[in-house]
Amino acid sequence: MAFLTLFLTFFKIGAFTFGGGYAMLPLIQEEVLRHQWVAESDLINFIAVSESTPGPFAINMATYIGSQVGGEFGVWGSILGSACATLGVVLPSFIVILIVARFYEKYKQSKIVRGCMTGLKPAVVGLIGSAILSVVAEVLFPAGVAPAAFANPSMYVSLGIFALTVTLAFWKKVHPIWLILISAALGIAWGYLSPIIL
Amino acid sequence: MDSKAKRILTLFLTFFKIGAFTFGGGYAMIPLIQREIVEKHGWMNDEDILDIFAIAESTPGPIAINSATFVGWRVAGFFGSALATFGVVLPSFVIILLISFLLTNFADIPAVQYAFMGIRAGVLALLVKALWTMYKKNPKSPIGYGIMAAAFIITAFFDVPVLAVIAGCALVGLGSSLWMARKEGKK
Repeated sequence: MAFLTLFLTFFKIGAFTFGGGYAMLPLIQEEVLRHQWVAESDLINFIAVSESTPGPFAINMATYIGSQVGGEFGVWGSILGSACATLGVVLPSFIVILIVARFYEKYKQSKIVRGCMTGLKPAVVGLIGSAILSVVAEVLFPAGVAPAAFANPSMYVSLGIFALTVTLAFWKKVHPIWLILISAALGIAWGYLSPIIL
Repeated sequence: MDSKAKRILTLFLTFFKIGAFTFGGGYAMIPLIQREIVEKHGWMNDEDILDIFAIAESTPGPIAINSATFVGWRVAGFFGSALATFGVVLPSFVIILLISFLLTNFADIPAVQYAFMGIRAGVLALLVKALWTMYKKNPKSPIGYGIMAAAFIITAFFDVPVLAVIAGCALVGLGSSLWMARKEGKK
């Protein structure tokens, strides 16, 4: 049952993500690729969409993947799929906060909670690092890491766009939306120019 | 309309606005929550807002959902938290659903494919920047670095489920901090 699987998977993702933003990426990546819900390249594309639209990353991701999975059952399937995934990702937080809010002073000072957090915070950094490694492979070597990949000029173009945007992001503090627009423009330029140049 | 129903409605509208106008989610929402809940309505004070940080960070799930549920509960109980959460989710849900239809229909256009080829390289830059920001926020301790490296190596090079790594790291963190506390106590 595709919709139940969506709900349960996103419930699990919601229940085990600590910290904001991309903390959810490693789990989403693992589950989405395991179930073959969307291709890794589509997942990366969607990160850009999520950065350029309002709302939390987690909700955007759940809605998108839900609609893609439900899409094979038509428009209503898309909507139902989105609803299942989004409800799934929201519910654990909702329940946990409702419980914690009641005896929250105790929770805040709990040695066990704090102890777990000292392990979880650095773990999330390591996990995202590993998720990024897989994004690197997909961006630079979409056909697999092989000697032939180094003969493909597109790889060097991607590398160039990455070098430029990472520089702009770190040293000029350019807003993510601008970085996405710049890389889109460069991608389009390369797409149309490469048959002429090569 | 009694005041509680009105509060719940206002919560919904406030969080709908927050969901519709914050890009990137999470911490970007805190200033908006502060302006709407503390300054405009006086439902919470600044100290409560700090509590949101503390609680959202140490419970699972997206920060936006955690804060909406927490603020909603404080202001108007269960229905407050339900409507605040629904409000913060709704804009993304509708927008992304529409975009998802568009993406499916336009994905085959060459220009779109070229754009996304470039965009994927740009996303890599965004991820690297986000990783760096998170890395800098982490406390600098040998155990922290050890857990970071272990989590990275185990998930990158071995076929271990992410959940197992998360659970393992939480336990290691708990064990090490209890052990440190005990050592401190003995001195």
